[in-house]
Amino acid sequence: MELIKTIFSDPEVWQITILSLKLSGLGTLFSLVIGLPLGTLLALGKFPGRSFFLSMVNAGMGLPPVVVGLMVALLLWRSGPLGSLRLIYTPSAIVIAQTVISAPVVTGLTAAALQQINPRLKMQLMGLGANTLQVVGWLWWETRLSLLAALMAGFGSVISEVGASMMVGGNIRYQTRVLTTAIVLETGKGQFDLAIALSVWLLLLTFMVNLALTFIQQRGARN
Amino acid sequence: MNTLLEIKDLQIRRGDKIVVEVDHLTVEQGEVLSIIGPNGAGKSSLLLAVARLIKPERGTIHFSGFKNTKRSDTEYRRHLGLVLQEPLLLDATVYKNVAIGLHFRHLPLPEIRDRTETWLKRLDIDHLRLRSACKLSGGEAQRVSLARSFALQPDLLLLDEPFSALDSPTRLRLLEELHAILAETNTTTLFISHDLKEASHLGDRMAVILSGKLRQCGTPAEIYANPIDNEVRTFLSLPLN
Repeated sequence: MELIKTIFSDPEVWQITILSLKLSGLGTLFSLVIGLPLGTLLALGKFPGRSFFLSMVNAGMGLPPVVVGLMVALLLWRSGPLGSLRLIYTPSAIVIAQTVISAPVVTGLTAAALQQINPRLKMQLMGLGANTLQVVGWLWWETRLSLLAALMAGFGSVISEVGASMMVGGNIRYQTRVLTTAIVLETGKGQFDLAIALSVWLLLLTFMVNLALTFIQQRGARN
Repeated sequence: MNTLLEIKDLQIRRGDKIVVEVDHLTVEQGEVLSIIGPNGAGKSSLLLAVARLIKPERGTIHFSGFKNTKRSDTEYRRHLGLVLQEPLLLDATVYKNVAIGLHFRHLPLPEIRDRTETWLKRLDIDHLRLRSACKLSGGEAQRVSLARSFALQPDLLLLDEPFSALDSPTRLRLLEELHAILAETNTTTLFISHDLKEASHLGDRMAVILSGKLRQCGTPAEIYANPIDNEVRTFLSLPLN
């Protein structure tokens, strides 16, 4: 109890918490911006190689964060192709890595949600004079509960990852240290009490974010 | 009478199979043309091709001055109303469902409200306006689907077996109401059915499609009096020659 009190009174913990939420929130947002249209295209589009791309995305849903971390690090490394951007060991690098982890999750689940819809509904909407954007907008509306689940899964995949954040962020105090990397650090130092308290806090945060999203989702279900 | 729709030399394929072949078929302004044939005869494919929802292999569908390629398919469809076998309503209130096609056309809000109100009342679903469309009976849902299309004041209404999933009393009641509305609004209609009674009751003319091929077209009386061959006779349950 004393430890939890100490944690909450420590400004560094708050800074780490806010940074974690900010980076994972941005990573999820970007993955939504990429995943929603891409998943829609894969679900509703007709083009050669669609099944191949879909299987690539589905495989990407299980991408190990350390592998993503390695790929992004190689890209952003000072001598790498995007080294001139000087993003390695910055919060932006973490956001990029988390977007890469989360985007396939959002894309795959969006495609799966839209493929479950009766294909004649799309036809009916078009028959009522809907243009492509109007059709897509209503199909998103019809699958909104599944799309929110995709959002939750995307957020869950990045708030809990440690490998990529550690590799591309470097766990720099006050700059790129997030909750997961702080837990690894404290465990390494043998500070198990602090590591456990931070873990409980991370779990609680994840639960609260998902509780809010679930509340929105279920309110939609009731309506 | 003016011809609203003219279909020429139409062929629709699914894979290697020809599912619809129509040499020539017209729909006149204000008439109800029933397309009749057994299940799987290609009636729905013909209707979807008219709605430009499937692409024919060859042939032309000329619709009141429109040419197939000049204008966008969406703009073309905005002259149509489409009611399918399943109501396919959206997860929204009855009111929103009836108004949806009008919103697609970006009509002014007062006009949307007026037309929606009119058709909610005309189809006797006004009391359901705030109910979720997911909580309707089959008959109520199909009324919403009809109101949704009539509210568009379409130049051509496409009805694809709209009553086939309903129980008999509901079907008969809706058929009578539809008959009255079509007469009142003078809406040009393509009505797909496999039910001979429905088709001859509603249609000014009937087009018989068997195995994907348009076999005969004429008024119900003409077709019953002079079926073109034994296949059409069999379909009409008439004694063979």
